[in-house]
Order: sequence, then C-alpha cells, then structure tokens
Amino acid sequence: MIRPNMSPIAPDLDIKGRSLWQDAARRLVRNRAAVASLIVLTVITLLAVFAPMLSPHPYDEIYWERIQAPPDFAHGHWFGTDSNGRDLFVRTLYGARISLMVGVLATAVSLVIGVIYGAVAGFVGGRVDDIMMRVVDILYALPFMFFVILLMVMFGRNIFLMFVALGAVEWLTMARIVRGQTLSIKHKPFIEAAQACGVTRTGIVVRHIIPNVLGPVIVYVTLTVPQVIMTESFISFLGLGVQEPLTSWGVLIAEGARLMEAAPWLLVFPATLLALTLFAFNFVGDGLRDALDPKDR
Amino acid sequence: MAFVARRCLSAIPTLLIVITLAFFMMRLAPGGPFDRERALPVEIERNVLAAYKLDQPLWRQYLDYLSGLARGDFGPSFKYRDFTVAELMANGLPASLQIGGLAMLCAIVFGVGLGTVAALHQNSAVDYTVMAFAMTGIAVPNFVMAPLLTLLFGVYLSLLPVAGWGSGAWVNKLLPIVALALPQVAYIARLTRGSMIEVLSSNYIRTARAKGLRERLVVTRHALKGALLPVVSYLGPAAAAVATGSVVIETIFDIPGTGRYFVEGALNRDYPLVMGVVVFYAALIITLNLMVDLLYGLMDPKLRRP
Repeated sequence: MIRPNMSPIAPDLDIKGRSLWQDAARRLVRNRAAVASLIVLTVITLLAVFAPMLSPHPYDEIYWERIQAPPDFAHGHWFGTDSNGRDLFVRTLYGARISLMVGVLATAVSLVIGVIYGAVAGFVGGRVDDIMMRVVDILYALPFMFFVILLMVMFGRNIFLMFVALGAVEWLTMARIVRGQTLSIKHKPFIEAAQACGVTRTGIVVRHIIPNVLGPVIVYVTLTVPQVIMTESFISFLGLGVQEPLTSWGVLIAEGARLMEAAPWLLVFPATLLALTLFAFNFVGDGLRDALDPKDR
Repeated sequence: MAFVARRCLSAIPTLLIVITLAFFMMRLAPGGPFDRERALPVEIERNVLAAYKLDQPLWRQYLDYLSGLARGDFGPSFKYRDFTVAELMANGLPASLQIGGLAMLCAIVFGVGLGTVAALHQNSAVDYTVMAFAMTGIAVPNFVMAPLLTLLFGVYLSLLPVAGWGSGAWVNKLLPIVALALPQVAYIARLTRGSMIEVLSSNYIRTARAKGLRERLVVTRHALKGALLPVVSYLGPAAAAVATGSVVIETIFDIPGTGRYFVEGALNRDYPLVMGVVVFYAALIITLNLMVDLLYGLMDPKLRRP
C-alpha cells in the first residue's frame, strides 16, 4: 500500500510496511462503537481505581440520619444512600472494583489454562490430542454454573476461590479455539521455512505459532471478561459471592431489586453501570473481531 | 443405529463424572450441615450422624448414594426434616419445567424468526433494529432484566403481578418466561442471521431461485434447513443457560420451583438437596445434548457415518 501523495517510483521516500497489528489497530480506530466503548471502559476503570478519592464518604460509613435517601447533591450522595445509610456512589464504584478485578483475573486464569492446554493438544496431535479434546467435550456438557455455586457454598465465600472457579469454567472454549488455530497453522509453509532455517521447536512456538493464534485469542478474551463479570454478579446476586461489607454489582443489584418499589435508584445505578460495562466489552470484542479477521481484508 | 448407540453410551460416563464430582465436593467441604454455634453433646451428635449415615466410611456413603440414585432415591433433606429430596424436587418440577420449557420454545421461535427477518433485510433499518435488540439481550443479564421488567410492567404500569406463582396463572408466568428467554432469543437471532446470510448466497439457493420458486418457499423450504444447523447445535448450551437462569429467575419472582430449592439448599448447606438438584439438572442437560446430537445427525447427512 502506497500513500497516494507519494510517487511510487521515488525510492528514497520512507515507505514503511505496516504490520498485521498496525492494520488491525487502524481498522479498530475507525469503528466508532468500539472506540466509544474503549473510552467508557477506561472511564469506569479510572473511576473504580480512584473511587475513595472522588467522594467524601467511605464505602462502609453508616449515616444514620440519611437512610435510603434519594440522590442528593447537598451531602454529596450522588447516587443516594442504601438501606443501611451508606453512600451508594462509593459502593457502586467499589463494586466496580471487585467486578472488574474478578473479570480480569478469572479471564487471565482461563487464558493461561486454555492457551497451554489447547496449544499442547494441537501441537502434539495424535492420540494425546484425541484424549485431551474428549475431556473438554465431556466437561462442556456439564452445567458448570452449578458447580461454581457448589464450590462457593462449600469452601466459604472467598473472592480468590471465585477467580479460580470462574477461570476453571471459562477455559474450555479458549482451549478449543487455540487448538483449532494451532492445527491450522502447524503445517503452513512459513512454519516449514522456519524449521528449514533451523529454528528450534520452542522458538517456532514462541516466535511463530503464538503470535499467529493471538488474534482470535484476544477477541475471545474481550468476550470472556463480560461473561465472567456477569457470572460473578449472578452468584453474588444469589448471596453466594462477595460478602458484606465488601460489595459487587451483583450484591447491589440484588438489594436494589428487593427495594425497587421504595427506592428505585438502588437498582437503577448499579444495573446501568453493569449493563454499560457489559455492552462496552461486547462492542470492543466485536470491533476487535472485525479488525483482526483476515477474511475482511 | 450404531451412531445412536455410540452417542448414548458416551453420555453415561459424563453423568457418572457429574455425580462423583458433586458427591466428593460435598463431603470434602469443611463444616457440616449440623454445625451450630453451640456444640451438640457428643452422643446426640453421634446419633444424628448415624441417622443420616454420615458416620460410615466415605466410599460406603458414595456407593449407597449411587444405588439410591439408581432407584430414584435422592436421600432425605437435611433442612426440611419431613421430606425426601425426591419429594421436594417433585414439588418444584412442574413450575420449573413449564417456565423453562416455554422459555426455550419462545427462544427458538422468536430467535429464528427475528434472525431470518434480519438476514432477509440485511443492512436495512429492520436488520439494525433486530441486531441492536440482540446486543441488548446479550449484554443485559437476566437478573437485571427481570427486576427492570417488574418495575416497568408490575409497579409503574400495574399490568402484571410483580411476583408469585398464583397457582400457575398465565399472567404470573409471562414476565419470568420473557426474562428467561430474552438472552437466548438474542443469541439465536444472531446465530440465525449469520448462517442465513451465508446460506442465502450459496449455489443451491441461486438454483432454487433460478427455477422460479417463490421467495417464501426458497426461504422456508431450502434456506432455513441449512441455516438452522448452527442453531440446533446451540440448543444444548441454550438449555444449560436456561436451567442456570431459572435459578435466579425463580428466586426473583418467588416461583416455587427446583431452582429456588437449589438456592435455599445452598444457603442452608442442605447437601442432599443441592446435590439432588445438580444431578437432576445435569442428567436433564446431558439428555438434551444427546437429543440435539441425534437431531443434528438427522439434519446433517455429512455426520452420518456408514
């Protein structure tokens, strides 16, 4: 591709080649929904990180004189207060912290397990591959949410356990994607070329296989994060996840749903923020898929 | 026939794994169902444990549980002293199956319908509306959608009851079914649209059109059959999602179903009840997956091996 204002024959002009990733980035930037979503996510993340500095109220302080008060700017309760008289704005942002953290960490767990499992199955092939993918098939058929709930019931409502449990659930699809990609790449000429040049096995995996399976993996990661956040909220909604005085969006929505007739703001703010985050992740995921999908080119 | 037999056989180890996992997770968990603030006198505790056969070796309990299951006996509930788990589940099942079944039906009918319409009007306003709706259905979880729906239709408009079962009146079922079906409608609409667009540009559709078939027939008789394959293979995960969703929907709408028993059991550490529900739902989902596989085999001749 040559920029139109440059003469194609002038050899001394700096015509830079664009890498796959630069191409993808350009396409992503052109996708308005994805860019807007990225901005939304950045804002929510920054708000969550700097939550305590933004409001004069701590997340567990009880204001006895303002219990279940509607949004009120005079006292700095921008989202109102909950049924225990705690500031909802700060609690919602603390919830965002937990929800985003669970989303990212559990996805990281699933990424590590899934990529290693899938790459090994795809790369080794043969009987090992058969057995490994058969295991994935069997696990796929299980109602996993019930097992996550069982785990949470049994071993206490521990946040770290939740990361592991959710990550352990979500790796299955990742493993399938990585295996499929590895299989489709394994016999490509550029791998053979690398072998012919004497690149070591690990070198091939690190330099050639992994960068080339990364595209679909990144897309799937951005679609896994909202799924994990949703699952965490689901479990917390049932009262089986994050425990008081800590909070997460699921906990806040559960309380909001209980009191929605008397105090709709308790439901509306956390629910909106959760929906907004999930929307944004989905749009970014779709945008990335369009940007990285070579079929479009 | 061999295909059917092979599929059926492969379902059995899956079910066994579920039961084994559930059983040992339950038994290895710290803290028992009879833990109280104040410790029970040793003798009473021993008697209680003996009554529920919790004093026997683990492998013994496991075998007992398995043989009980084979006879349809899920053991006694720890919390509801006078009921067996099987009785409790039989209590909740009619409501759960109605809600779940109708939600699945809605998901398939509306999902396929909307997806097809969107595909036929690709890149038109109709298409964008359907896809925006689908995005909403996917991004807004059912436990957010359900309270919002009740707030709108139950509280502000007072059209429908906010919660309760009303011994099965259809007005009580409407909101739960909608809340449960919505995410699945969205997924199926997206899937159908995608595969429909692909199928509509294939050669056999061009042939059907070339021989002068009416557009309606081209779509219903030729295109739909091919376009439905991905939808059929999604039905298994959809059933699992509906079963999981029913847990929270039944809690929100206060419906006396199996899902609510599951949550109560989980909060009360009523192990046999929780396990019974897990095993039952697992069996249901595995059976549905099996049926989906068989259906897929019927629809896609490529899968039928000699």
